[in-house]
Amino acid sequence: MTILLLALRRLAASLPTLLMILVGLFLLLQLAPGDTVDALMAQMGGGDPATAEELRRYYGLDLPAAAQLGRYVLRLAQLDLGMSAIYGKPVADVIAERLPVTLLLMGSSLTLAFVGGMSLGVLAARTVGRWPDTILSTLGLVFYATPSFWFGLMGIVVFAITLGWLPAGGFEEIGTGAGGLERALDIARHLVLPTMTLALIFLATYLRVMRTAMLEVLNLDFVRTARAKGVGETAVTIRHALRNALLPMVTILGLQAGTMLGGSVVVESVFALPGLGRLAYESVVQRDLNTLLGIVFVSAILVIAINFVVDLLYGWLDPRIVADR
Amino acid sequence: MNRRDMLAAIGAAALSAGAAREAFGQAVRRGGVLTVQLNGEQRVLNPAIRASTGVYVITSKIMESLVDLDAAGKPTPVLATSWEAAPDGKTITFKLREGVTWHDGKPFTSADVQYTALELWKKYLNYGTQLQQNLEAVDTPDPLTAVFRYSRPMPTDLLLRALCDLGYVAPRHVFEGTNVLENPANTAPIGTGPFKFTQYERGQFVMADRNPNYWRKDAPYLDRIVWRFIVDKAAATAALETGQVLTSEYNALALADLDRLKSDPRFTVSNRGLEANAFNNTLEFNTRRKELSDVRVRQAIAHAIDVPFFIENFIYGQGKPATGPIPSSSTAFYPDTKPPYEFDAKRANALLDEAGYKRAGGGIRFALKLVPIQNGEDVPLLATFIQQSLQTVGIRVEIVNLDTAGALATVYRDWNFDIATGWHQYRGDPAVSTTVWYRSGSPKGAPWTNQYGWQSDAVDKLVDDAATELDPARRKALYAQWVKAVNDEIPVWMMTERTFLAATSKKVRNDHNYPRWGSGDWHDTWVEA
Repeated sequence: MTILLLALRRLAASLPTLLMILVGLFLLLQLAPGDTVDALMAQMGGGDPATAEELRRYYGLDLPAAAQLGRYVLRLAQLDLGMSAIYGKPVADVIAERLPVTLLLMGSSLTLAFVGGMSLGVLAARTVGRWPDTILSTLGLVFYATPSFWFGLMGIVVFAITLGWLPAGGFEEIGTGAGGLERALDIARHLVLPTMTLALIFLATYLRVMRTAMLEVLNLDFVRTARAKGVGETAVTIRHALRNALLPMVTILGLQAGTMLGGSVVVESVFALPGLGRLAYESVVQRDLNTLLGIVFVSAILVIAINFVVDLLYGWLDPRIVADR
Repeated sequence: MNRRDMLAAIGAAALSAGAAREAFGQAVRRGGVLTVQLNGEQRVLNPAIRASTGVYVITSKIMESLVDLDAAGKPTPVLATSWEAAPDGKTITFKLREGVTWHDGKPFTSADVQYTALELWKKYLNYGTQLQQNLEAVDTPDPLTAVFRYSRPMPTDLLLRALCDLGYVAPRHVFEGTNVLENPANTAPIGTGPFKFTQYERGQFVMADRNPNYWRKDAPYLDRIVWRFIVDKAAATAALETGQVLTSEYNALALADLDRLKSDPRFTVSNRGLEANAFNNTLEFNTRRKELSDVRVRQAIAHAIDVPFFIENFIYGQGKPATGPIPSSSTAFYPDTKPPYEFDAKRANALLDEAGYKRAGGGIRFALKLVPIQNGEDVPLLATFIQQSLQTVGIRVEIVNLDTAGALATVYRDWNFDIATGWHQYRGDPAVSTTVWYRSGSPKGAPWTNQYGWQSDAVDKLVDDAATELDPARRKALYAQWVKAVNDEIPVWMMTERTFLAATSKKVRNDHNYPRWGSGDWHDTWVEA
C-alpha cells in the first residue's frame, strides 16, 4: 500500500514537469520554420496553394498557435493524444505499435550492458593493475569512444554481408506467417546485432563505474573485517562488496533508461527497426506535432516509472535509505 | 570513354546479354516475391490524390491509370483503350476497358472515371488541380465511355502524357460520400491492378499479393511484392547486398554505393526504366535583391560555376549540364541547344564589373544568403561548391542549413533568401510542373513555383499559348522560344540534367523495360529462383 501511495505521490509531483516539457516543446516547434503541410509538400514534390490551404485546415493548422495549444492540452486532460499527421490514425495506436520494439530493444541492451558491465567491472577491480584489468579498461574506453552507428554498420558488414550469419536489418522476416516460438526466435535473431550495438557503449560506462565502486568498497573497513573473519575472497566480493558497490550502478541505470529511449534513433535507423526513436525523428522532420508530443509524453512516463523502480531498488539494496525516508 | 558512355555501354551489354538468354529459351518463372527498398514512408497510398514517385512506386502495382508509356515513351492504353479529341480540343472521349473489376469484386466503369476526375484529380491531386482546372464535366453516355469536357482547349498530347502520372482511377463506391482525406482506402488501396494490397505495417513494410482476376490474361508472374522501409542508406545497401531486398529505385541508395555496386556482377545500376523522371539541380535567384535583379549578375553567377566539374567529381558523373528547363529525354519538346552558360570565370568577373559591383575590401563585391532545399544528398554538396565558386569571383555566400520543410517555408513562403538550390522535377510535359517555375502570378507560398519576384510578359504569354496550343509542332516551337527566353533571363538556372538511378539484383527479370518502370505496374516482371 505504501508503495502505491509513493507511486501516486511521485506521479503527482512529476505532472507539472510533464506539462512544462509538453508546452515547451510545442512552443519550440512553433519556432521551427515550416509546418507539417510544408513537409508533406516536400514529400509529394509540390502542389498548388489551394491544396495546401485545404490540408492546413484538415490538420487544424489554420488556428492561432495559442488556440492549437489550448486544444491540445484540453484533449490531453482527457487522455486523448490526438491524430498523427504522418500515419492518419490516433497517436496512441501509432505509439502502441512502436513501443514493444523499443522496450524489447531497450530491455535487452540494458540487461546485457548491466550484467556484462557488472561482471567485467568486478573482474577488473579484482585484478586491478594487472593485465586483465588493463585489457578490459582499454576495451571499455574504445567501446565508449566509438560512435554506435559505426558499430552497427561494421556489425552488418561482418556478420550479415561477409559471413551471412545474421540478417542485415528489420524486426522479423516478412510474410512467413510463423507464430509462437518460431517467431520469437526469428525476432531474437534480428535483434542480436542491434542489441549488441546499443549495449556495447553502455557496457563501457557500467564497466568503469563498477570497477571504481568496487575498488572503493574493497578498501572499506567492513571488508577488512570480513577478510579478518576468514571469509573467502569470492564470498567477500559477492556478498559484502558487490551489494554496496551496486548503488551507483543502479543510479546510472535509472538515468540511462531515459537516454536509451531517445538514443536508439541511430540504432533503429541503421537496423531498420520500427521503434519510438525513429518515429520521433520522423515526427520532427515531418513536423508532426501530435505524434512528437505523444512520444514525449509516453517517454516521460516511462522514465518516471523506471526511476520509481530504481528508488525501490535502492531501498532493497541498502535498507538504510528506507529508514531515512 | 567517359563515365556516362561507359554506363550506357554497360547497360547495352546487359540488355543484349539479357536478350540472348531469353533467346536461348529461358522460360518465365511464375511465383516468387519481389522485395523493394524504399527510404521513406508516404502518408497516403492513393495516387489519385497524391502525385509523387514515392506513392507510385508502391501503388502503381495496385491501382491503374487510364494510360501509361510504352517502351518507346509514347502513351499506351491501360484502363482506357482508345481516345479521340474533338477538333476544337475541348472534348476528349475515352473508351474504357471491358471486363475490369476492382479488387473488391465490383466492376470498373466510366462512373469511377467521372468521380475520380471531378472529385479527386480536380480537387485534391497535386498538379492534377492545375491540369484539370478547366475540366467542366465528365459525361458517361455508357459504362465504357468517359467524355472529358474542358472550357478551354486541352492539347491531347499534354493530357495523355500527364495522365500517366495524374490519371490513376480510384473506386467511386469506396470514396463517394466519405471524407476523401480520411478514407481508410488511402492507406489500404483498392484498385484494378495486378497486385492486391494485403498489409501495411507502419515503419516496416507494405505487402501486396497477386491478383488472380487481373484483366491481363496470365499476368502477373510474381506472387507477391514487399516494399521495405529502410531509411538509413548504408543499411539499405546492406539489405540489397544480402538479398533482403532485390531492387531500389529513384536514388534511394547513396551515390557512392551506387557507384560501387555498378562494378558488382550481381547487380545492375542504371537509369534505364526511370528515364521518364528527369530532374535538374537548380539555382534560384531572389530578384527582389537589388544585385540579383540585374540579369548580368545572374549570368555572371552562372558563368562562375563549373558544372561539368561538379558532375564529374561530386555526383560520380551521373548527369550532364542542362540546356534549359526541358530535358533531352523529352523528345517531343526538347529544343536541341547547348548549355547556355559555359564555365568562364573571366567573363563572370567582367559582367560583375560591368554591372557596377567592384571588388571592395578583401576582394568582396557583395554577400548572398544561400538556402539549400534538401531534395537529395547532392544538394548540400552543390551548395558548398556554389559557395566556393562564387568566392573566387568576389561574392561571399553564407549557407543557411534547414531541413526540407524549413527550407520550403523559408524560400517559397517567407522569401527569406537570396539564392536557393534544390531540384526541379520534369513530369513528361512542360505544362505539368515546369512552366510554373517561370510563369508569374503563383500565389505566395506555393513551393517550386516562381516566387523570385521576377516577371516577364513575353514568357507569361508563351507559357499560356503553349498550354492551349493543339498542334504538336506549333507547341514544340512555342516551347523552344520559351526555353530561349528563360535561358537569357535566368530567374532560375537549371544547372544539371539528371535521371534517377536504380540498383537491381540480376535475379529480377523483365525489369526496367520501359521509361516509367519504377512507377509501373510490373505485371510482366519475374524473379529467378
